[in-house]
Amino acid sequence: MNASMNYLDGNAAAGELSRIFAGDVTSAEGQCANCGANRRFAEAHLYMQCPGLVARCALCGHVLLRFTNVRGRVFLDLRGMTYLSVEAAQQESY
Amino acid sequence: MEGTAVLGRVTWRTATVVGRHDETATARTLALAVHDWPGHVAGQHLDVRLTAADGYSAVRSYSIASAPNSDGRIEITVDRLPNGEVSPYLTQEVMVGDELEVRGPVGRWFVWIPEQVGPIQLVAGGSGIVPLMAMIRSRASVGSATPFRLLYSVREPGAVFYRDELQALSSQGDSVIVTYAYTRVTPKNWPRPAGHIDAESVASGTWPSNLRPTSYVCGPTSFVEHTTDLLIAVGHDRERIRTERFGATGEQK
Repeated sequence: MNASMNYLDGNAAAGELSRIFAGDVTSAEGQCANCGANRRFAEAHLYMQCPGLVARCALCGHVLLRFTNVRGRVFLDLRGMTYLSVEAAQQESY
Repeated sequence: MEGTAVLGRVTWRTATVVGRHDETATARTLALAVHDWPGHVAGQHLDVRLTAADGYSAVRSYSIASAPNSDGRIEITVDRLPNGEVSPYLTQEVMVGDELEVRGPVGRWFVWIPEQVGPIQLVAGGSGIVPLMAMIRSRASVGSATPFRLLYSVREPGAVFYRDELQALSSQGDSVIVTYAYTRVTPKNWPRPAGHIDAESVASGTWPSNLRPTSYVCGPTSFVEHTTDLLIAVGHDRERIRTERFGATGEQK
């Protein structure tokens, strides 16, 4: 229908981000540092046509997260989020 | 929750292909026996990694189609994409006895657990049916009476996954209400012309919004955006709509 709809969503990043986070990131709530929207990470738009992952705010398009895996090192840039909040109970049980 | 006491990190595990069968002309279900599988919840997915002899590797996410169980056996259904790197191998070449690397289960947002309260609305676009089928199977396996409806948008009758099982699960008491919407070709004497899901198909194929269902919408990105807008337009609360997008091509990369 729309050729520009080439993004996925935060659900698709769950496997890669499990390399860094012990808890589930898709159900975590994050705040966009640009527009202030509070959304589940699962709802972020995810772009994978690059050497890594880029997640953007579903509302304003601001880059929330960049993740790359280059020459044996994983880089994570979370500047685009004011915070990321994960359920504490789940952190322990997951 | 059965099979969900997952301790420790998500790691790559070896899965052995223990069964395979075709769902449609392009889609195949693979049954996998996974060493030390920690159990999953309906709606979760896993990553499959294929590594070539030269070290090049490709990772794709696939939703788990089977209900949670404790026997370390899961099923995924893979739709073949003409230019895919991974799906042609999984749907045409992989044999019973072959081994794959899998990582999972992952994702705790797009999931349904039997303890959840309230009616459930499932909306599938094409192969987006897979994680929703896991929810339907999970409901059946625990004997849940939670009201379930499925609106399943599909290209043509021959592209329907799990046809006989859906028929059986929708023809008993306390059953799942299943409505099909065909986008290209309809069965003979079908009351509606082929076309994308619209306000009318949402009105006839989903719970009224005043029942406050939790909705799960899964399919290609444009399908998910379009359907979510339609649900919100008839009064569904955005907070109660959970989505999972496959991207533009349908291959979950």
